[in-house]
Amino acid sequence: MEKNRRGNTLINIDWVTVIIYLLLVFIGWINIYSAVYDETHSSIFDFSKRYGKQLIWIGAAFIIIIAVLVTDSKFYSAFAYPLYAVGILLLISVLFFGVEVNNSKSWFEIGTFRMQPVEFTKITICLALAQFLSSENFSFNKFSKVGLLLIILGLPVMLIFVQNDTGSALVFFAFIFVLYREGLNRVLFITSFAIIALFIFALVTNLEILLIIILFAGVLGFILTNGRSIYSQIVFYCFLLFTVLSILVYNYSDIFTNKPINLVALNTLVMGVLMLVLYLIKKNKNLLLFLFVIIGVSVFVLSVDYLFNNALQPHQQKRINELLGMNDDPLGVGYNVNQSRIAIGSGGFDGKGFLQGTQTKYNFVPEQSTDFIFCTIGEEWGLLGSTLVIGLFILLILRIIFLAERQRSAFSRIYGYGVASILFFHVAVNIGMTIGVAPVIGIPLPYFSYGGSSLWAFTILLFIFIKLDSDRLQIFR
Amino acid sequence: MKNFESRKYTIGGIISLILLIIWGNIFYLQLFDTELKKSSENNSQRRVTIYPGRGLIYDRNGVLLVCNEAAYDLMLVPKNMTSFDTVAFCRDLNISREDFDKKLEQCKSYSTYRPSIFYKQIPAIQYAKLQEHLYRFPGFYVQNRTLRKYNEGIAAHVLGDVGEIDMEKLKSDPYYKGGDYLGKSGIEKYYENELRGKKGVQIFLVDVHSNIQGSYMNGKYDTMAIPGKDLTLTLDAELQRYGELLMKNKVGSIVAIQPSTGEILAIVSSPTYDPQLLVGRQRGNNYDSLVKAPGKPLINRAISSTYPPGSVFKMANALAALQEGLIKPDTYFPCDASLVGCHGHPPANGVARAIQYSCNPYFYFVFKELIQRGIEKSIFKDSRIGLDLWKKKIITLGFDTALDIGLPAVNKGQIPGPEFYDKLYGKHRWAFSTIYSLGIGQGEVLVSTLQLAHFCAIIANRGYYYNPHLLKKIAGEPITGKNTQKTFTPFDKKYFEIIADGMDYVVNEEYGTGFYAKIPDIRVCGKTGTAQNPHGECHSVFVAFAPKDNPQIAIAVLIENAGYGGLWAAPISRLMIEKYIKREISDTLLEKRIINSVLFEANGEE
Repeated sequence: MEKNRRGNTLINIDWVTVIIYLLLVFIGWINIYSAVYDETHSSIFDFSKRYGKQLIWIGAAFIIIIAVLVTDSKFYSAFAYPLYAVGILLLISVLFFGVEVNNSKSWFEIGTFRMQPVEFTKITICLALAQFLSSENFSFNKFSKVGLLLIILGLPVMLIFVQNDTGSALVFFAFIFVLYREGLNRVLFITSFAIIALFIFALVTNLEILLIIILFAGVLGFILTNGRSIYSQIVFYCFLLFTVLSILVYNYSDIFTNKPINLVALNTLVMGVLMLVLYLIKKNKNLLLFLFVIIGVSVFVLSVDYLFNNALQPHQQKRINELLGMNDDPLGVGYNVNQSRIAIGSGGFDGKGFLQGTQTKYNFVPEQSTDFIFCTIGEEWGLLGSTLVIGLFILLILRIIFLAERQRSAFSRIYGYGVASILFFHVAVNIGMTIGVAPVIGIPLPYFSYGGSSLWAFTILLFIFIKLDSDRLQIFR
Repeated sequence: MKNFESRKYTIGGIISLILLIIWGNIFYLQLFDTELKKSSENNSQRRVTIYPGRGLIYDRNGVLLVCNEAAYDLMLVPKNMTSFDTVAFCRDLNISREDFDKKLEQCKSYSTYRPSIFYKQIPAIQYAKLQEHLYRFPGFYVQNRTLRKYNEGIAAHVLGDVGEIDMEKLKSDPYYKGGDYLGKSGIEKYYENELRGKKGVQIFLVDVHSNIQGSYMNGKYDTMAIPGKDLTLTLDAELQRYGELLMKNKVGSIVAIQPSTGEILAIVSSPTYDPQLLVGRQRGNNYDSLVKAPGKPLINRAISSTYPPGSVFKMANALAALQEGLIKPDTYFPCDASLVGCHGHPPANGVARAIQYSCNPYFYFVFKELIQRGIEKSIFKDSRIGLDLWKKKIITLGFDTALDIGLPAVNKGQIPGPEFYDKLYGKHRWAFSTIYSLGIGQGEVLVSTLQLAHFCAIIANRGYYYNPHLLKKIAGEPITGKNTQKTFTPFDKKYFEIIADGMDYVVNEEYGTGFYAKIPDIRVCGKTGTAQNPHGECHSVFVAFAPKDNPQIAIAVLIENAGYGGLWAAPISRLMIEKYIKREISDTLLEKRIINSVLFEANGEE
């Protein structure tokens, strides 16, 4: 019996994950249909339309799934490095033979068929990372190993940057979660995480968001440094309460003339005092460290804002605003995000109904079937639909983490965390950019955005892990 | 090796928290950000207003006075513009390159992706030329509008004008949108709600390029435009035109009323203008020059200007005194020129004769009877009571009343009461001797030509009236309501007969002051008046009705600065009466003399 179970992939695969996957793909397709819907061509099998084509990609994805599942799970660890090499070669060759789309030279074109190798290199890099970190002699304390790790990750990132596909390059920073899980020093993790988050969100230069990040980083840093002591619990809840209060005050009062700046200053002050008091009680040096980090970040934010408003000429400000996609210019650079916000906001609680979206349908939102597909969900299905989609993604990611933790092999576990990280980054940044809290860096929403390469890549990425998970019992401890 | 499994909580926590923060943003965006919803509606639906045709206006005989003419607004969506032959475009539109650049800048400053009016009110002929080439000018399209056309070129003051809505009205009336046209004066303004109809709306879905993608919800929320109602006025176009002809080069006004119905047959105010001047592209310029023109042609003198009525007012005083029993029809007063100036005439034996001779001293005494009734010992108190009683009687004849005839800006005139003089002199500091000139229609009494005509119609009817009005039919249906109700004044018919006799003598007997109004086979009853004018020559006034029995027309004519009433106002009344009753003029010499007389140079100095 035990033996039978071990061999039978169909029984052992995690059906919860598969069902979530199928749901996401199905909802995704429905919304692509709606986004490009046109009364005169309403047949769902119209293969000249994007929804028709996406149906072909989905069909092909199912074949790929079978292929992935019948492949021996040892193949993935054994061929992790050769696959990585193939991925790097693809990235190099696309620089020479690729075509430029939207200013980034990251596409191969074979006839009418286009594909983006970067989507697939996410898989190969993830595999290579898993293989490398799971090797017996790897340690974060070995300088040479860490250097090699940086090369493994840095090489593709560099190549993708050269393709001018910044968005995709940023995805790899999500592996910080994987590294942390595998033993990266927590101070290093927090610092890196804060830098990455600030870097990404600073592109939006929304002070409110920055404020939340600072608070968030502070809270996080505190918990991580202090473990589960009663003091850290108290401070955690104090911060939480204070964050909520700050947001409430910010939104509903006229006390502050220049609200964001005053609020940053106020937060810094209050948090600083709390930290100081706690330091005096507990004498924990980490507390002082974070006190300085928070003050430093606040001063940075304040000075940037001050310089921006006082040192720059109006036309310079305008240029920077446009570069960052600010709202001032509805038809300029920020136009897309503004339109997208309008579309989502107009959805309300229960949305306008299937095919009833007016913003997304009539080309107000650009890229409405690819990068901005979430607009259609927000507009037509409202808060209910948005909640469902985000809920499904959270569920999927947490499920993957749960599955990763039950793996017997480090390779499978690391790969699982890699999948979760990549998915998380895509979901957070993609949805974040449609509502204007993340920069528009043009990365697809997994399983939703139109396009074969993206769908297939995310499918392969996930199903390799499902395959690894289904075979977990074959690996002896 | 250290076990880092517990870190799964941190990682899961961070991931969940960030996604929840994003969810929170969406939550706020979708439930609380109402601004976004508004933007969304503007963004994707284009509401195209369907302008209904404005109601047509006819005269009482079915002559079309006002109709509509197609005009075209050239619209531009700057974003859709690509390079084209601007020289050809400017030539078609007949504008200069500088104009083109200026207009383009204006459109762009409004919006680059929303349509704005590039060039408004292109006449049909020019449009025909432009239309052929329009396909070569991407971004431009044409929107149909209608403009008023005043066919007959008459009755400018009655018909009024239509113009673009101003900010004030725009704010107070939600029906209108910027750029809408509405009645600005005259009938066009008074009957705006009837004439305008109801705008319809067609909702289209448009994409970001303003291209129409289809109709919204299959036209479920579209509404049809309901055309305005056609109006038939009581005006007689022929009589109106004739009145305007007679008044050429004179300043003044004529009002003619059909006594049996209260229908206004003509309202002439001179100088006048061609109502078509206030239509179309030149409206603004023409309006400015009309405002500056000598004689102020934009004022409707018939209803807006008031004057002391002069001797015409004696009839009202006579009626009041007779009705109150203060005098008898055959009461005699001496023509004592030491009291108030008069002209030579036989003794006035009775009221009718006094009217015939327009004897000033006679009406001095009549007014004295009205004011000093001996109710109080003090003449001051007595006069106060007398004036109060007098005013109450007089205003029943339509004086000191804004007659609601169907035009805006009707002046109510003035009948001074006790309060008026109290303010002027102090209470009990004035008496009959202070105010006696009211007895002969001079001093502080002010009436409009319209009120005189209305008064005359009451006499013609021997005591009753219909509210004078301009609207006969609305959408083909005869009007109902207050204008069709007969109203009696508190004077006995027999006293009106005496007044009518007096007016008969004025025109038809020796020593009558209005012999110029005599028509061989129509018995005209009239009364002259000479309104004193502190600023210059007296105004010539004449009121008349005819025929004496079963009157068909009551008329009042006032010529400014034309002197004695019999001289100018009487013959003009005569011609109007004959024109209306017989449709032709027997005394063409008189007609010619009146038409050719120049009392006022419209183009030069007064």
